[in-house]
Amino acid sequence: MYLGFVVLLPLAALVWRSTREGRHGFWAAVSAPEALAALRLTLVAAVVVAAINAVMGTVLAWVLVRDRFVGQGLVNALIDLPFALPTIVAGLTLVALYGPRSPVGVSVAFTRGAVVLALLFVTLPFVVRTVQPTLLELDREMEEAAASLGAGRMTVFRRIVLPNLVPAILSGVALAYARAIGEFGSVVLITGNLPFKTEVSSVYIYGQIQSGAPGTAAAVSVLLLAISLAVLLLIGAVRRWAWRHGA
Amino acid sequence: MARYGLRFAALAYLAVLLVAPVGLVFWRTFEHGFSPAWHAVTTHDARHAFWLTILIALIAVPANTVFGVALALAIVRRRFPGKGLVNAVVDLPLALSPVVVGLALLLLYGRLGWFGPFFERHGIHVVFALPSMILATIFVSLPFVVREVVPVLREIGTEQEQAASTLGASGFQTLVRITLPAIRWAIAYGVVLTTARCLGEFGAVSVVSGHLVGRTETATLYVQDQFEGFDLTGAYAASMLLALIAIATLVAMNGFRPKEETR
Repeated sequence: MYLGFVVLLPLAALVWRSTREGRHGFWAAVSAPEALAALRLTLVAAVVVAAINAVMGTVLAWVLVRDRFVGQGLVNALIDLPFALPTIVAGLTLVALYGPRSPVGVSVAFTRGAVVLALLFVTLPFVVRTVQPTLLELDREMEEAAASLGAGRMTVFRRIVLPNLVPAILSGVALAYARAIGEFGSVVLITGNLPFKTEVSSVYIYGQIQSGAPGTAAAVSVLLLAISLAVLLLIGAVRRWAWRHGA
Repeated sequence: MARYGLRFAALAYLAVLLVAPVGLVFWRTFEHGFSPAWHAVTTHDARHAFWLTILIALIAVPANTVFGVALALAIVRRRFPGKGLVNAVVDLPLALSPVVVGLALLLLYGRLGWFGPFFERHGIHVVFALPSMILATIFVSLPFVVREVVPVLREIGTEQEQAASTLGASGFQTLVRITLPAIRWAIAYGVVLTTARCLGEFGAVSVVSGHLVGRTETATLYVQDQFEGFDLTGAYAASMLLALIAIATLVAMNGFRPKEETR
């Protein structure tokens, strides 16, 4: 009941509104050049961000689990900061350092780099937090056995460690991807929201709402909703696959 | 060497992406001492914005805690048709853009929405007013308690509950004396995450609130308005207050986690 009232009813209204102008209306809204450009940017940026996260998230998890250094506990706690920090604050801090008045002279504001940067900030914890527990539980005897049989460090990592981590990495990447597609607060300030250039789908929808075009906004929203659902189902599938493979 | 290389890469990545930006804003806020920052967050509009944010959290967090535990119990302990769907829907707010959430509420309760005319006739303002902002916040922070409680419920099994009911405990007694104590850390962790999400919500509230300064402006919206109005001191100071709350949340999260593991 609660779930239906809070979640399903509004979404039903959304889907209903998007179909009110018929299939042509829906199609026209979704395939408008600006909407398409925004969607393409959203999807591509999310892929780039997911790929960087796959690498850097794994490296971070590795350093946190296998390395020992002063201040490690602090670094570990810092990883969760993007979860706790409001997205608008995340955006603001990025503008302060990498914006037009950057004290270090690096400005990515109003470029597509800014979109990627903002998304990297907010999706940082996902891969780290899914890989870390798997890495902790990983049996080191296998690695030692491989090393004693003459495998180099890279070989051990590639043949022994990585295969065990793949399910965790995939599920973290999928979470980061889902989050990146829907992100709004952190990209608003730094990207400048230039249509055809740095405008992501969330911002496009927001703009359509503000300019009094709820039909268009609803159509693009339904498309995003469908993508989110697909990614969620994929995450479920990855988890089941990982479960079967004992990771 | 490889070890130091990796360590350096990881720490440099964190520094560039996370520590430097947050640190800079922290420094900028207190650049001219403590009092300008203090004045900036104690203006009438700023105080109202923070108060509104807290008020919304005070309603959304208990609602999601109670219903989150109930949902988790239903998902783990009961069998009903459409359970898979319920499971997927619970996760949906995590993956859905907050702007889409806001729009959905707008279309449901707005003037041309399904329920809009009904509320309008009774003189109740939902959209561009507090009720829709609460609903939006509840929507986006719904999954956290459920997601924390479900795995713990699965893990503890039903033996103790069955034992209690064999000994004559009513369903309610079993819940209060056996089940709730067993999942209390998971609930606490979920509540912390829910609170963080509620305080930081921006996109959905931004759509449904209408940004009425001093009326429907929450702390996060206030940050945006100050920034766009070139009042950087105000924006930075309010951001830092929100960041401090976030850091307090982090400390609380780390406080709860070890207890959860040693249980």
